[in-house]
Amino acid sequence: MRVAIAPFEFFAAATLVRITGQRAHTLADLLENIRNCADASVFNHTFQSLQQHHFLTEGFSNDFAQWALASCNEPRLAERLASLDIRHYANLAALRTDLVHALETYLHEVPNAAQRKAFEPFYFCEAVTVAVPTPWQARTLAEFCEGLRHVSIHTVHYHFVAARLREPLTVNDFSFWFEESLGLKDLGDRIDLIDIYTNTLEGVRQHILEEATPWLAA
Amino acid sequence: MASSLTTPAASTPGKVASLEDYFSVVGPSEVGEIRALANRLAGRSVKMVNSTAVGGGVAEILNRLVPLLSDVGLSCEWGVITGGNDFFEVTKAFHNALHGAPYDAPSQAFELFLSYSEQNLRHHSFDADFVVIHDPQPVALIKARNSRPPHWVWRCHIDVSNPNPLVWDFLMQFVPRYDAVLVSSPNFTRPLPISQYLFFPCIDPLSQKNQELEADFIRKTLERFSIDPKRPILTQVSRFDRLKDPVGVIQAYKLARKYKDCQLVLAGGGAADDPEGGQVLSEAREAAGDDPDIHILELPPWSALEINALQRASTIVVQKSLREGFGLTVTEALWKKKPVVASAVGGIPLQVIHKLTGVLAHSVEGTAYQIRFLLSNPSIAERLGENGHEHVRENFLITSNLKRYLLLFLTLSGGA
Repeated sequence: MRVAIAPFEFFAAATLVRITGQRAHTLADLLENIRNCADASVFNHTFQSLQQHHFLTEGFSNDFAQWALASCNEPRLAERLASLDIRHYANLAALRTDLVHALETYLHEVPNAAQRKAFEPFYFCEAVTVAVPTPWQARTLAEFCEGLRHVSIHTVHYHFVAARLREPLTVNDFSFWFEESLGLKDLGDRIDLIDIYTNTLEGVRQHILEEATPWLAA
Repeated sequence: MASSLTTPAASTPGKVASLEDYFSVVGPSEVGEIRALANRLAGRSVKMVNSTAVGGGVAEILNRLVPLLSDVGLSCEWGVITGGNDFFEVTKAFHNALHGAPYDAPSQAFELFLSYSEQNLRHHSFDADFVVIHDPQPVALIKARNSRPPHWVWRCHIDVSNPNPLVWDFLMQFVPRYDAVLVSSPNFTRPLPISQYLFFPCIDPLSQKNQELEADFIRKTLERFSIDPKRPILTQVSRFDRLKDPVGVIQAYKLARKYKDCQLVLAGGGAADDPEGGQVLSEAREAAGDDPDIHILELPPWSALEINALQRASTIVVQKSLREGFGLTVTEALWKKKPVVASAVGGIPLQVIHKLTGVLAHSVEGTAYQIRFLLSNPSIAERLGENGHEHVRENFLITSNLKRYLLLFLTLSGGA
């Protein structure tokens, strides 16, 4: 049984939502506000919305895409915004750039859409996140699986989704620990492929446990 | 005029006061996380202040929240301001005006408000680390703020997005002196120079209105009201108020009924002591005519278990409000895994995400169509109900509320 040099410490993260006062009534407003809003807003409406709606596999998992569809009736734009996979971004600036680009391109193609009033305004909010350690720590894969079974989906989100913005960038905490501390790079790579968009966070947890099971004897 | 600040018993015998009681609802991991957050605040003190110890949603929430804050290690006190009838007449008028109603304030209204606020200030101290003032009635207590930080926040439970300017301008001499304002929905906000945080209202899953019920009790409740348990039941639970549009619900039911067999239950109270309520009830009865499948139930305020049973027995829950605050009856229905057809007003769209946690409608015809759609597609209705339940578990339970307060206190005190 492989024993890690450094234990994996499970953290739980809880989020308070601050309403910024920025709001969009049209797609042109949305574009302007995405250009100017704080990083914490970009995070809240992309990374954090995945947690808030963790039980859904339908609908668009970022708030901008959902608003483009539900309030602006622009499904093509919604699909483009939703296709931006947060796993590919090492920082929020790059994600913001691509959100802006998707909107600019669409509004260039469909200029009439820019000033059409949305059914409901979009309210920009910021996530204020507090992370606290849980009692669960792991030095072996078996202990890791045991911990993962017991922590909440907020912990799964913190380590598997939000972790990609923390050093080391674009990798989730689980895969990083498997590779660096247990020498299980293949397992880490397989876990990193789990689709956070087509799974609930509970589904992500189950997939990780399934992927890890064959390696327990390693 | 006499006034004093009283401290209500936060938890009466037999009521829930321990976080561990929620293990079965939110799971041990969530309970553990709340305790981990609370540990960082151990020994800190909180004072909650509102204007009533019983009755109304705020008192209901505080009755659960205060013991839970104490249970997780904070020292929590609940104070209630008091005043004469004249004070509460003024604050009721303020309340309506903040919702946008026209208001010709009598010249003495603001003086009276300030005078009672001064009396309440003299009767109590505010030396807790965190002071949370609920709603406009006690808003002027911020005058007690002194140089020692405690942190002061104003929890505004009402929609002040389009207030009567006279009353809002009056409140603005107090509101900016707080550290933060807590609102129920982003669309309830006003531009303010201080932080505004999103604090959803919440339900208690262990209260009589939301607890699990024996099938036998539900069956007997239907029997008592002569409702057929074998046929689809549409239910709207609301007081008889024009803004809840009970006549519109009846019209939607009648349209849907042309295609799908169903019964309608309109359950609510507030008609006996409210002249307009009585009028609205009469209008609903007239609209219902002699249809034996429309059940208009005027229930007394102590009917929580009956309302719970009616919601649980429903095939679809309707909330066809023309205007709405947050709409906790929607939250209750979602928690019971019911497919909900609701108007896209107030805080309802935060709860009913169209086609994901329920369906939204904008008219009588739309409501009727969505009812037909869900009656024809029970598997979709079931999925919406399941999603709605999870949405409530994540966002709108008393445990989520507790967690938000802990996060707020950590954030305000720099411990985040």
